[in-house]
Amino acid sequence: MKLTNEELEVLSILEENHRVSVETMAAMVNTTVENTMEIIKKLESDKIIVSYPALIDWSKVEGKENIVAMIEVKVTPKRGVGFDEVAERIYRFPEVTSLYLMSGAYDLSLTIEGKSMTEIATFVSEKLSTIENVISTTTHFMLKKYKHDGVVFGGSKDTDRRMVVSP
Amino acid sequence: MRNAPQHYFSETVKELKPSGIRKFFDLAASIEDVISLGVGEPDFVTPWSIREAAILSLEEGFTSYTANPGLLELRQEITKYLKNRFDVQYSPIDQVIVTVGASLALDIAFRAILNPGDEVLIVEPAFVSYSPLVAMAGGNPVPIATTADNGFKLTPEHIENAVTPKTKAILICSPNNPTGTCLNKKEMAEIAHAIEKHDLILVSDEVYAELTYDEDYTSFAAIDGMYERTILINGFSKGFAMTGWRLGFLAAPKAFVEQMVKIFQYTTMCAPHMLQHGAIEALRNTSDEVENMRKSYRRRRNYVVQALNSIGLDCHTPGGAFYVFPSIKKTGLTSEQFAEELLLKEKVAVVPGTAFGESGEGYVRCSYATSMEQLQEAIKRMTRFMESLEIRDIQKEKLYSNQ
Repeated sequence: MKLTNEELEVLSILEENHRVSVETMAAMVNTTVENTMEIIKKLESDKIIVSYPALIDWSKVEGKENIVAMIEVKVTPKRGVGFDEVAERIYRFPEVTSLYLMSGAYDLSLTIEGKSMTEIATFVSEKLSTIENVISTTTHFMLKKYKHDGVVFGGSKDTDRRMVVSP
Repeated sequence: MRNAPQHYFSETVKELKPSGIRKFFDLAASIEDVISLGVGEPDFVTPWSIREAAILSLEEGFTSYTANPGLLELRQEITKYLKNRFDVQYSPIDQVIVTVGASLALDIAFRAILNPGDEVLIVEPAFVSYSPLVAMAGGNPVPIATTADNGFKLTPEHIENAVTPKTKAILICSPNNPTGTCLNKKEMAEIAHAIEKHDLILVSDEVYAELTYDEDYTSFAAIDGMYERTILINGFSKGFAMTGWRLGFLAAPKAFVEQMVKIFQYTTMCAPHMLQHGAIEALRNTSDEVENMRKSYRRRRNYVVQALNSIGLDCHTPGGAFYVFPSIKKTGLTSEQFAEELLLKEKVAVVPGTAFGESGEGYVRCSYATSMEQLQEAIKRMTRFMESLEIRDIQKEKLYSNQ
């Protein structure tokens, strides 16, 4: 879908910080508040804006630390629907936070989050492996999150090293 | 310790005034938690691939001198860039010098063309170092004051009114620091006629060329009749977020470069070798990042102009750079008073317009090269400051009655 310059500007601003007020956003795009609201509504209804998630580093919150695993899955594609049907069966599980069809040594890559190793092991052995057409799974546990969705986790604090006043 | 006697020093240097920015910097630096709209440099860190190229250069041991005018490979990239981006053709062999920042390029340009007493027209408000550079080269800086009525734009009439038999050159910075004013092609062509008519050399500071927001940028060297009399100055500081690298360049007709390279070889030898490798990477592979930075500045410009106007600080919309130059005349304060009171009361640093010449009185420079969060907070504080001011009508009348 081809977007206007104003629509692209709104997307860039939201991608950077979706908490910017509509008034500020309108000023940044150099348009009216009404027009900005219409643009956002349109982008949402066209499913270009999919959601407004907050990216939270749960590992820092006591009692909320999740275990994350990335699982490579080999499947047998089904005539007529290819990989879509089995993918749909997998992504319906609430534990699955992302799912991609991949080229290469395996077919599907999924990320799941659970409270414990046992929870993840149970998911893999009882829910995932038992799906018809799933041939094999390889589970990798995530040890530390450095960067996610373009955001650096727990990196050094950004400090402005510039002089307060300069040429 | 006893001070050194005054006769130890050059008369030219003794007469130089300290930069108005530096003076204000000392005050701002003494206060904690200041939101700074006073910085004249990008808030982005140099794109990683450029930094990486410089690191690799060091790892591989490129620690020697380069040719005086810079690595040929870099000069080739510069000429390609000037051709592709601005449609001006230079030879990498004898028409380009890679300098230590655009400031040094300006320095050697003036030293190469000025004889004692030659006048150089400087479009004001102007970057703080222009007049001192002319003076240090033995010339006389002659300010041309532009005004907010026509967006601080230079016109041929300005030149006609200022030119004398001693006028040798004119220095134009577009987009301008501190006003952000950007001349369009038509305006440049009209100015070019006046420059040609009086046989002036044009020193064109195009260091903000990458940061224009509303129209495509035209280099003065691309305007009819200007190429042979233009010394084009540019650099990596602003567009590529490389201020601390101190890398600039100049391009000019061969005869100019022949003279300028002599000064450069006796004073500087060459720009740092490893940094030149970073600059090659900048020109080859970072156009997307430069574009993203440009878009970000544009959004912030739109916001700041609207916000300042809405709190009573009249502000034209600048076409480039990352500064706005709002009028503070309504407050009845001088630029210095306004900047100082704003800093002391609300901890927001802006630069008094007088730092950029007398014609800057009644204005302050605000840089929007800082995060949206900081800008929003700065506007909140400035709103509070404006509301707290008692507009001093008598003082205002006294100050601005002649303008």
